Amino acid sequence: MHIQQLSVFLEDRSGRLTELTRILADNDVNITALSVAETADYGIVRMVVGRPQLAKEALEKAGFSIGLTDVVCVNMPDKPGSLYRILEILTDEGINIDYMYAFSNNDVALAVIRAADIRRVTEVLEENRLKLLSQSDIYQL
Amino acid sequence: MTTDMIWNPEIECAEREQMHELQSNRLTGMVKRMYDNVPFYRNKFDEIGLEPGDIKTVDQLKDLPFTNKNDLRDNYPFGLFTVPQTDVVRIHASSGTTGKPTVVGYTHADLDIWAEVVARSLTMAGVHKGDTIQIAYGYGPFTGGLGLHYGAEKIGATVIPISTGNTKKQLQFMTDFKATVIACTPSYAAHLGECIANNGISADDVKLRIGVFGAEPWTNELRCQIEKLLKVKAFDIYGLSEIIGPGVSMECGCQCGNHVFEDHFIPEIIDPETLEVLPDGELGELVFTTVSKVAMPLLRYRTRDLTRLHREKCECGRTLVRMDKCLGRTDDMLIIRGVNVFPSQVESVLMDMSETTPHYQLIVRRENNLDTLEILVEIDQKNWSDSIRELEGIRRRIENNIKSMLGIGAKIRLVEPNTIERSEGKAKRVIDNRKC
Repeated sequence: MHIQQLSVFLEDRSGRLTELTRILADNDVNITALSVAETADYGIVRMVVGRPQLAKEALEKAGFSIGLTDVVCVNMPDKPGSLYRILEILTDEGINIDYMYAFSNNDVALAVIRAADIRRVTEVLEENRLKLLSQSDIYQL
Repeated sequence: MTTDMIWNPEIECAEREQMHELQSNRLTGMVKRMYDNVPFYRNKFDEIGLEPGDIKTVDQLKDLPFTNKNDLRDNYPFGLFTVPQTDVVRIHASSGTTGKPTVVGYTHADLDIWAEVVARSLTMAGVHKGDTIQIAYGYGPFTGGLGLHYGAEKIGATVIPISTGNTKKQLQFMTDFKATVIACTPSYAAHLGECIANNGISADDVKLRIGVFGAEPWTNELRCQIEKLLKVKAFDIYGLSEIIGPGVSMECGCQCGNHVFEDHFIPEIIDPETLEVLPDGELGELVFTTVSKVAMPLLRYRTRDLTRLHREKCECGRTLVRMDKCLGRTDDMLIIRGVNVFPSQVESVLMDMSETTPHYQLIVRRENNLDTLEILVEIDQKNWSDSIRELEGIRRRIENNIKSMLGIGAKIRLVEPNTIERSEGKAKRVIDNRKC
């Protein structure tokens, strides 16, 4: 089970990220997870949001470049060794991770993982009885 | 190619001797009119000891003095008119990025010539009575809009004189009025094409079949892109206001260069350094003599455009001399670390790569006495990778391709779509901060 991540290309220009979040706020879109990857000249914001389709349309209308990427969001206990266990499984299967970001709260830790063959990641983790978030777990009603 | 696509076969397919005689007669008359009416020319002729009666054939053109843009500025605004202002019925002026605008005047006869050469041009592209032509060139002092306008009316096409800008209205008129021909700058054509794609306008609603594009240099790669986006056959129309405006030369269906309407505008190619006339086929600066224009004829006017001439007969049946697509103007040319760089070369690199858009801008700076070139390239709004590894890969590939094309290194900066200024008229491709 994978979910859709929203990727946004941002020029290195002051106020651009603020503008992005303003549009999401105006459209009542909740952000579950967010990371920023940056180079010297531009950045890529990657987000898991409550209403990906609505967010995509609103941001495109405002001139942002949006991509939807399939990622896996894995749920694990917030304790030492949890992430290691997951990565060990993926490594054993020969899966290379393109990027990931993780956070924890209230005994639960979540990691968003992107790899070229996202289906395989899903299969492998589910075979190992790991809990993956579905779109509906995040989806805002 | 059938002959019914030639507006004026007698001239456009004339034998060389016939054209030679026509040009000679017109040149003789023009030189006399200039000498009699314009002190600037009389002084120039007197300086080299030339009597207007000495000029008998067009072969003597090479002995006559040149005119350049500064001469127009020095005689601003009406100093080069050969007729009293009462005979001038229209004035156009080019924007001129520095200093005074370049002013040109037209008599009724000049406007007739202009409509005639534009009628020939449009016919050459396959436009005829029954077509609806959307003219998205600027109407006003700029020659694009009104130039196309009267030629299109002359052939009996239906004209939509929409001028530049207001892309939404452009698309509405284009679909509602079923325009079959679009005339504008190539950069605006690409912009319109993208807007059609992005606004979900169905291909069935766009009836365009011909595009007539000019007023800025453009590459064959951009032509392919526009043809794909707008589903038209794209033709290059060439002109400059000093000579008459659009309609100095035009591309035919063979697309092997632009036919110059040499019964009115005699072209020569010169070496810009030595000022010697170069043989056909050699690259040099294009020079025009406007032998039939009345209000403001120009003698050997240096266009600063770089191109070549070809005189072999074209498959379309026309015998008119052809000029290659201009590589660029000598004043568009940047000299960066001693290397000649044309914005069109950058465009051609970008258009050859599937991952980039044709929207770019060159920024030249001088840092510690060293010229630096930075090129902004817009990413494709719909189709880009969110992996930095891939984006950086593209960036490096552009960098390498630019380096091998230009011979100098440039820093490539990927930017968001629609952030580079879109001129609805001419694209602002270069910012040279060294001059400040």
